[in-house]
Amino acid sequence: MSYINDLLFGVYPYIAGATFLIASWIRYDREQFTWRASSSQMLSSKGFRRASVLFHVGVLFIFFGHLVGLLTPHWVYEPFISSGNKQLLAILSGGAAGIACWVGAFLLLRRRLGDARVRATSTKADIFILVLLFVQVTLGLLTIPFSLGHLDGSVMLKLAAWAQSLATLQSGAAAHIADVSLIYKLHILVGLTMFIVFPFTRMVHIWSVPVKYFGRSYQVVRTR
Amino acid sequence: MSHLLDRLRFLRKKQGTFAGGHGETRRESRDWEDGYRQRWQHDKVVRSTHGVNCTGSCSWKIYVKNGLITWETQQTDYPRTRPDLPNHEPRGCPRGASYSWYIYSANRLKYPTVRKRLLKLWREARATLEPVEAWASIVENPEKAKAYKSVRGQGGFVRSSWDEVNEIIAASNTYTIKQYGPDRVVGFSPIPAMSMVSYAAGARYLSLIGGACLSFYDWYCDLPPASPMTWGEQTDVPEAADWYNANYIIAWGSNVPQTRTPDAHFFTEVRYKGTKTVAVTPDYAEVAKLCDQWMNPKQGTDAALAMAMGHVVLKEFHVDNPSEYFTDYCRRYSDMPFLVQLDRRDDGQYAAGRFLRASDFDANLGQDNNPEWKTVAFDEASGRFVVPNGSIGFRWGEKGKWNIEAKEGGEGQETQLKLSLLDDHDEVVPVGFPYFGGVENEYFQDNKIADVVHHNLPAKRIRLADGSESLVVTVYDLMLANYGIDRGLGGDYVASSYDDNAPYTPAWQERITGVDRKVVERIAREFADTANKTRGRSMIIVGAGMNHWYHMDSNYRGLINLLVLCGCVGQTGGGWAHYVGQEKLRPQCGWLPLAFALDWQRPPRHMNGTSFFYNHSSQWRYEKLEAQEILSPLADKSKWTGSLIDYNVRAERMGWLPSCPQLGSNPLEVVRKAEQAGRNPAEYVVEQLKNGTLRFAAEDPDNPQNFPRNMFVWRSNLLGSSGKGHEYMLKYLLGTNHSVLGEDLGATGGKKPEEVVWHDKAPEGKVDLLVTLDFRMSTTCLYSDIVLPTATWYEKDDLNTSDMHPFIHPLSAATDPAWEARSDWDIYKGIAKKFSEVCVGHLGVEKDLVTLPLQHDTPAELAQPFGVQDWKKGECEPVPGKTMPSLAVVERDYPNTYARFTSVGPLLESAGNGGKGISWDTKTEVELLKKLNWTHVDEGESKGRARIETAIDAAEMILALAPETNGQVAVKAWEALGEATGLDHTHLAEPKEEEKIRFRDVQAQPRKIISSPTWSGLEDEHVSYNAGYTNVHELIPWRTLTGRQQFYQDHQWMRDLGESLLVYRPPINTKSVHPIMNRKSNGNPEIALNWITPHQKWGIHSTYSDNLLMLTLSRGGPIIWMSEGDAEKIGVEDNDWVEIFNTNGTIAARAVVSQRVNEGMTMMYHAQERIVNVPGAETSGTRGGIHNSVTRVCPKPTHMIGGYAQQSYGFNYYGTVGSNRDEFVVVRKMKNIDWLDGEGHDYVQEAVK
Repeated sequence: MSYINDLLFGVYPYIAGATFLIASWIRYDREQFTWRASSSQMLSSKGFRRASVLFHVGVLFIFFGHLVGLLTPHWVYEPFISSGNKQLLAILSGGAAGIACWVGAFLLLRRRLGDARVRATSTKADIFILVLLFVQVTLGLLTIPFSLGHLDGSVMLKLAAWAQSLATLQSGAAAHIADVSLIYKLHILVGLTMFIVFPFTRMVHIWSVPVKYFGRSYQVVRTR
Repeated sequence: MSHLLDRLRFLRKKQGTFAGGHGETRRESRDWEDGYRQRWQHDKVVRSTHGVNCTGSCSWKIYVKNGLITWETQQTDYPRTRPDLPNHEPRGCPRGASYSWYIYSANRLKYPTVRKRLLKLWREARATLEPVEAWASIVENPEKAKAYKSVRGQGGFVRSSWDEVNEIIAASNTYTIKQYGPDRVVGFSPIPAMSMVSYAAGARYLSLIGGACLSFYDWYCDLPPASPMTWGEQTDVPEAADWYNANYIIAWGSNVPQTRTPDAHFFTEVRYKGTKTVAVTPDYAEVAKLCDQWMNPKQGTDAALAMAMGHVVLKEFHVDNPSEYFTDYCRRYSDMPFLVQLDRRDDGQYAAGRFLRASDFDANLGQDNNPEWKTVAFDEASGRFVVPNGSIGFRWGEKGKWNIEAKEGGEGQETQLKLSLLDDHDEVVPVGFPYFGGVENEYFQDNKIADVVHHNLPAKRIRLADGSESLVVTVYDLMLANYGIDRGLGGDYVASSYDDNAPYTPAWQERITGVDRKVVERIAREFADTANKTRGRSMIIVGAGMNHWYHMDSNYRGLINLLVLCGCVGQTGGGWAHYVGQEKLRPQCGWLPLAFALDWQRPPRHMNGTSFFYNHSSQWRYEKLEAQEILSPLADKSKWTGSLIDYNVRAERMGWLPSCPQLGSNPLEVVRKAEQAGRNPAEYVVEQLKNGTLRFAAEDPDNPQNFPRNMFVWRSNLLGSSGKGHEYMLKYLLGTNHSVLGEDLGATGGKKPEEVVWHDKAPEGKVDLLVTLDFRMSTTCLYSDIVLPTATWYEKDDLNTSDMHPFIHPLSAATDPAWEARSDWDIYKGIAKKFSEVCVGHLGVEKDLVTLPLQHDTPAELAQPFGVQDWKKGECEPVPGKTMPSLAVVERDYPNTYARFTSVGPLLESAGNGGKGISWDTKTEVELLKKLNWTHVDEGESKGRARIETAIDAAEMILALAPETNGQVAVKAWEALGEATGLDHTHLAEPKEEEKIRFRDVQAQPRKIISSPTWSGLEDEHVSYNAGYTNVHELIPWRTLTGRQQFYQDHQWMRDLGESLLVYRPPINTKSVHPIMNRKSNGNPEIALNWITPHQKWGIHSTYSDNLLMLTLSRGGPIIWMSEGDAEKIGVEDNDWVEIFNTNGTIAARAVVSQRVNEGMTMMYHAQERIVNVPGAETSGTRGGIHNSVTRVCPKPTHMIGGYAQQSYGFNYYGTVGSNRDEFVVVRKMKNIDWLDGEGHDYVQEAVK
């Protein structure tokens, strides 16, 4: 049991992380013309904006919430907020964002499968990644009832310890979450899988979010 | 190096700012820009064009990138024109620009494929038998044969190999030749000019083995028989640039911007010079927007409009206020001054008879050579009857007087031929003219007057050689009377003004065509006035539409008469500009020996397509039109019993039309038997024919001995495009699913043919093997047994010419043919090679008896000067070449077929080369070819002979031998013509004598060809090409009976059908709607509409109509066009699915409801493929149908005439034509949309409320 736990939560994360980075790099270097968001807005715009905004706002909040929540060391926020309260904050804000994201993902999925023009131009990967996202958001929302069962933040600390061990390349990371509920493990596994499939899908557009656009000069010219 | 690493250098990226910090300079990778650069980068550009039947011959740049053909753009490097003339370029259209789509599309044919059931049978048989026996074991077993024939058209192809398919084809050909005869192997390929080497490849193979090539031009109904009738010329027309020289243009039934897209610029450019343009089209066609005036006669009534215009021209410019130019032109260049005998009728009145001939006079008026073929006129200068130079009798058997100088043919005295006898006649007699305007037709307005209209004519009385007396009149006086012009002599219905309803005034036509009489009057006057002031610079551009009616001759002669009366033909900027698919084969004389293997053996076997398909697809078994219905009221009806096929059979027997198969038994066997009996084969055959032992195959087309067993189709979509009676072809030729709904004459109890054996049960599936070569899976491929993948137009070397511009243009291989495709040349070479191996043991050196009709441009055109006599009925003796076809024994060396295919044979050196009635020595050119192409070195028949291994070798053979592309040959050809005319024409080619156009020359730039006597216009630096130019300016006779442009057609059958002079005839009743309308209701209302099939906007015939880019521009599948009124009557809204059907078959299509279309007609653009977006038709349950699913061929006896000067057979020159526009169809909204694929997309369309 411990071996499988190690494999899934100790080794698999590195495989996922390495695939995520290396495959993204390879694709970026070799397949520039496939590096795109593949928006289907042109084919069918009805209700698209609402769904897309809900989904993207939700998912961005969740992404950064996980990033900050899991990787911030305990001692950094301890002076300001108790882990119980921090968990409550995460449940409330993350839950709200999760619902927005879930609704958005649901609408997008319905559109992708139900709209003839969008369906006809969808690749298998387009449908797969959307289904995966929808499943993952659903799993994430399903963790909330469990979290409400232990409002002291203990599970949260285990998860954070796991993530921080991984990030700091310490052995035994998997042991931190050996005893958390299955639902968390499932959520983690699907999340890690998303990192694996990331470079092979339209998700790569995340790398190229044009944030720099806001700060750039009005006119940019290049030297020879 | 790496996009990612490049992006990571962000710290060193910024190089500085400018514009006060608003701009910044960066150093970063610019590799991404290469994406845009590479989009238009390419490795090479190759010149090619599209070998499609659009007559465009446009120069295109084909781009190749990484070994793939990527796109094409228009070339702009044509040789410049003169300073006062716009250049030809750019030429091209969206259809051509989308061609590269085909090459790597899913529709591309990639491998040789065979119908699975056939291949299975073949492999089973081949396991134990040698190839020929294996083939026999399949086709002679009725169950096995039916097994694969009955599923034709339903897919089921499997991949094979070139070796295997070649063996099947070779075995099938060998068996058919041995068992049934070489003339049971036939091939159909249209329009050599599209890709002449590819055409020649198949034709050369077929000609070597004795197979027959079918004609296309008449079958497509693009051949206007009015042209051979009037000019003795298949068709010859001005190049598009000559439009710019015109001062008045009528676009009559030609939708110039849509179907002549690359040339249309001349049409708009000339308007800036002040030229007036007029459109005559029944619908609001696109050309109307380029015109100052739009006239829209009811469809099918153009002849009435043309006759009324002719009435105005004759009245105002020939009688009331004669134009000196017109009168002089008609005297010199038309048959108007020639004399016609009057036949006395039982009622004491007269009818126009035949031309008076020199042989009618004592001592033949001094003419000993062919006096019965020399026509006579009255000379004003000397006051005597003279035999003017240039009639066809002068063409053969003597030299020097076949010209149209104003001289008489004896002493050569100058003449002034008399046009009218009005001021110098012996009597005035009433002459009857047939009138057809009163013939009733349910859907067309008649104008009842009388069946025969009498006019009083001035006549001379003469004594003939046999002692009898005869009255003669001039064609001029006949013409005026026929057009109803008042000469002050009286008669019935002589019009006193244009407002009289008498034939053929503007008021008269108004009832029939619906065009305002005032407009007709004005346009006619303007047209003639312009021609008068400019010496003939009035032009009529005419399209195929008008020629597709049963009485197309009237439509066309109506226009031609107008032009001749106004002196426009043969004059720069004037004349008859008929652009219908003939794609002029400019280097014809160089091509003929290559294509028909005339370098090895002569004559080849040719067959007129229309009669072939009419006979063998059993369309004659459904013939509802009786000859009696179309006869002249003046004709002897008792001579016109029987069915239409009877006339075709008689025409074949009398040597008028060719036959295929020719005789009722194997011609190899016939010679063998004759030799066994120690007889001369020709004499033996004549005897056998006479005693009835041997018959013409046409007399029993349903006898298995006479089936066309093997058929090749290449460069054509015969079954998806111009196959009239499409469903009959599926049923009888192929023996597969069809939607013929009518019953044959046996079932309806109709009148059966007299000359043809009637089998109650008609055979189905006559063709044992149908082989199609194509680059895409066309409808024809779907119905074939073997489909061979050919090179596309960007993957092969070939030549292409057009009548629209004077250049010769290449097709070039930009890349090798993709997948396993091969060029047509290589495919037939491969078949020839395999055939040479497989035939050994079955066929050796064989003697083949070939029948040859009395051909135009040969002395045989003088075969039958008077009357019509059928030897079978005992009216004369069967004499080959005189009263029946010539009989020639041709020796074929079957095992040497490949050796002969790939080398230039000995006959060119020993018998010379030529065409259109002249010939010349061509040894020099054969020597040149030996140096250009090298010679064969291997032992065998071809050793030491010039090679024709590659398509380029073949192209060089054409170019070296043709006067148009080899200046020395041109000079020789003009010399040869000069011998006949007695005039020197060599000055036309001498400036270009040293010029030799070679294949690589035309690849570098299209080259303007050299003037040649093959054609009637000049390729000159001073005038644009214009048909008839050398007739008018070099005094070369037209190749007609009189040697002039002929208004009057005096053959007995022309007179019997009432068409010796121009008449208006309403469309015929095809009787294909009533037996079925409102009989098989689906609950929605039905309407009968005239079936019009014009050329389309999104395709050239079926090509491009399956091209995704073109489908996207249109509606993505088959459509018909309907008027708003008709659509409302049957509750159809735009884009509804409708079914179109009649007794001939069914079609499913979407309806386009448009104001453009007139009520009473519906249009389906020609040849939309039945393979894209086509559901099943409700009535028949078969998939869709093509535009020819509802048509059936109905031949016209006058087109069968032969052995009579210009009315003699020539391949693609004269013969029956497949008209289709008189057809009516039932249209109704469909109920069940059944895709016949079980994929669950079927649905029910809302019923009409």
